[in-house]
Amino acid sequence: MTDTHPNGSPGAREAHGGGHGETSFLWKYVFSQDHKVIGIQYGITGLCFLFFGFTLMMLMRWQLAYPNQPLPWPWLAELLGNIRAPGGVLEAGFYNQLGAMHGTIMVFLGVVPIAVGAFGNYVVPLQIGAPDMAFPKLNMASYWVYFCGGVIMLASFFVPGGAASSGWTSYPPLSNIATQGQTWWLVGMVFLITSSLLGSVNFIVTIVQMRAPGLSMFRLPFFVWAQLVTAFLLLLAFPPLEAAGVLQLMDRVFGTSFFLPSGLVVNAIPYAQTTGYSGGGSALLWQHLFWFLAHPEVYVLILPAMGIVAEIVANNTRKPLWGYRLLVYAAIFLGFMSFIVWAHHMFMTGMGTVMSTFFQTTTMIISIPSVIILTCMILSLWGGSIRFSIPMLFALAFLPMFAIGGLTGLPLGLTLSDLHLHDTYYVIGHFHYVVAPGTIMALFAGIYYWYPKVTGRKMSGLLGHLHFWPTLILMNSIFMPMFFMGMAGLNRRMYDQTVYVHGRGVQPLSLMVSWSAWMLAVAQIPFIINFFKSWKAGEKVNDNPWEATTLEWAAPSPPPHGNFTTLPEVHRGPYEYSVPGQSGDFCPQHARPDSASEGTPSAPPVPAAH
Amino acid sequence: MSTAIPWSVKPHPVTGIPNAKLGIWLFLASEVMLFGALFSSYILIRTGSEQWPMGRTILNIPLATLNTVILITSSVTMVMAWASLKMNQFGKFKLFQTLTILLALGFMVVKAFEYGGKLHHYEVTLVEGSEAADKAGALKITGHIDHATAGNGGAITSWIRSRDDLHDGKISFVADPPAGSHEHPAAIELAAEDMERLTFFGPHRDTFFAVYFTLTGLHGIHVLGGIVVLLYFLLPGSRMWRTDPERFTGRIECTGLYWHFVDLVWIFLFPTLYLL
Ligand code: HEM
Ligand SMILES: [Cu+2]
Repeated sequence: MTDTHPNGSPGAREAHGGGHGETSFLWKYVFSQDHKVIGIQYGITGLCFLFFGFTLMMLMRWQLAYPNQPLPWPWLAELLGNIRAPGGVLEAGFYNQLGAMHGTIMVFLGVVPIAVGAFGNYVVPLQIGAPDMAFPKLNMASYWVYFCGGVIMLASFFVPGGAASSGWTSYPPLSNIATQGQTWWLVGMVFLITSSLLGSVNFIVTIVQMRAPGLSMFRLPFFVWAQLVTAFLLLLAFPPLEAAGVLQLMDRVFGTSFFLPSGLVVNAIPYAQTTGYSGGGSALLWQHLFWFLAHPEVYVLILPAMGIVAEIVANNTRKPLWGYRLLVYAAIFLGFMSFIVWAHHMFMTGMGTVMSTFFQTTTMIISIPSVIILTCMILSLWGGSIRFSIPMLFALAFLPMFAIGGLTGLPLGLTLSDLHLHDTYYVIGHFHYVVAPGTIMALFAGIYYWYPKVTGRKMSGLLGHLHFWPTLILMNSIFMPMFFMGMAGLNRRMYDQTVYVHGRGVQPLSLMVSWSAWMLAVAQIPFIINFFKSWKAGEKVNDNPWEATTLEWAAPSPPPHGNFTTLPEVHRGPYEYSVPGQSGDFCPQHARPDSASEGTPSAPPVPAAH
Repeated sequence: MSTAIPWSVKPHPVTGIPNAKLGIWLFLASEVMLFGALFSSYILIRTGSEQWPMGRTILNIPLATLNTVILITSSVTMVMAWASLKMNQFGKFKLFQTLTILLALGFMVVKAFEYGGKLHHYEVTLVEGSEAADKAGALKITGHIDHATAGNGGAITSWIRSRDDLHDGKISFVADPPAGSHEHPAAIELAAEDMERLTFFGPHRDTFFAVYFTLTGLHGIHVLGGIVVLLYFLLPGSRMWRTDPERFTGRIECTGLYWHFVDLVWIFLFPTLYLL
């Protein structure tokens, strides 16, 4: 059993109807409807976008470290061309494009597709003992719609005026009167929203309807719960942004004034005179619609990461998660609350003290479930005999990094301190601690953890260490200084901070950030080598190399089409590690009660009842 | 072909519905959020504006009422189509499905007339103190363009969007009948330089029309999408009836749920835009 090859048992393939058409490369690897192939497609595409978004940022960091100096390599200036980098110096408008597209690409094309599209797709059906997602065709469509959205975003760099340059938030009126790239951005977003809508419906239906026999909701691994809550956030929070996108498209294409107030003056000329627009709209309306999505979106970025970390922590402490039910309730509560905190991004808009007080209060409340989740995970470490595997290192790093990110958010949620901190590098530092040293570390953890399931091979431990330690240190030396720069009053989205005295004061920190960012790129080389080399040359491992309890490890590595040789049946909760009175230190969810005391990795999957 | 997905036809023992039905309900939940956000935007813009035209004074209520009747009827025929399948009467299903499609097309045709009316209805803002303003007796007049001549004397036959399209020419403008009457006043000549703004009743005219066109347009796209799906299940998709009648019936039921939702959106749009 332990050495079952992917397609080793022809019976399994037949039983699940491998079907026609599936033989050709095109249908098997490109337009595949298998959740595992789609998951890998999402993963690879997402990693490419992550790298691309990071590259944009490395360019920006040059201008921030060495303001108005030509780029170090002539070929780079040549590549960018005279419009984007006249004389090798990044042009200010292009800097804005880089910033807006870095944010957009990282969030919508990098992290979410990896966290949800890749990990969710690959792992959820396996963890619930299902043969596939509920709607395989929709699943495929969701990937390709995402892909088109990505292509549109990339193409927008080459249209007249370049890509969108109004920040990832696209605030009007600037975004309304921006160049054509903004229209491309909006169309791209409509694609991405459609993709995540298809995906979220699929996830919810799969988790609700297709759990293996015996797998009740409270026997689900926490990762599945995290994905379920995430799917609801995507389902319900994205449509308002789609509405906002449609309204802004109307403004830009049909000349409406949803977001344009009366009496707007652009470059000292009344805007109505040049365009015949009617006015009467509200710029704040966009902010409300945008943040109604974008706040839940940050939980979309963090919840799957928490799910990954929970799996790895339980597995490597060899203990049940501390407070499993508490974790689940906290995640659900977090999901609910995330819909009523959005205007904490708008304290400075003059929306009024009553509104501010309300959103300040809800923001303080929503910090409670986050703290509960973090506390549960930290308490889970207590008294465990921890295995410091590579995934565990990344998962352990996630905990304090997320804690820093979360705690530094509190001063931003309080109106009084936000007055000073709003729109400074402090904000940049805060949310990056959540999404970069936080989520990205968790995503790495997930890659190292599930790699053996996907390929049947382990990634190299030495290269893993070479990847982990520099990454951890550099992440901190990038983002920690930003807190101090922000508290010194340095604004975000600034092309050249040295024009200000207080900017010049923190310029040494800016140098440190830039050099750390570039070194962070170098620190990813061991990972890239590891990722590709191990695919063919990694150490071969059995189906359950981590001695884990959840169902994905009951399937062969890699799982064949249809996933399980026999559909598993579940007899217990997700984290039965070191149960007193048992001989082994773990007991898989699918192991029969009578064979439970053995708890060996080779416990065969029990034939399904039907 | 894909793997055998459980509960894709039979209802799940706990939730009591098959996968697709849960899926369509979730999809509709997201649609509620989409239209909910648009309705909220409408409320925010309306409460924030100094003046707001009464929908009933500028929109065509009779046409909209007709459309309401059409759409509600189509919801009924949709249910009948599904019920026919349940009663194993495929012929009747084809009939009712066709009727539903025809009614949906009817809705779109009426809508096209309504839109067309707006696109050929104009508002002129005259230059203050100009002779034309004296002649018209008001600074703003609405009506339609009888004919237009360009500055070089040639007739303009294309659709006029703004003053620029006149090329310094002039229009013969027939104002709308004054309130309480049905008689159009006599046409007046207006030169391009007399006008500060010439605009048809399109989405850019003011935020009311922006809302009107956006909401009804988005609803219209939903109707079109529905027509495509209905046609698919009437023609190529109906082959499934012979191989897997239960699954086919389920698909028609889901289509129906979507169709009722589109109907429901209109039931909200009608009073909000036309009556309030
Ligand atoms: C680890 C590598 C990363 C570095 C060095 C980095 C650096 C930065 C910096 C310096 C800014 C501020 C630019 C400015 O205000 O002019 C920024 C903005 C931003 N970053 Fe990152 N970032 C990284 C990763 C990420 C990730 C993983 C995400 C999202 C998941 C992300 C999302 C954003 C967003 C949304 C903005 C705001 C863009 C805007 O102002 O519109 N970044 N990043
Ligand atoms: Cu927020």
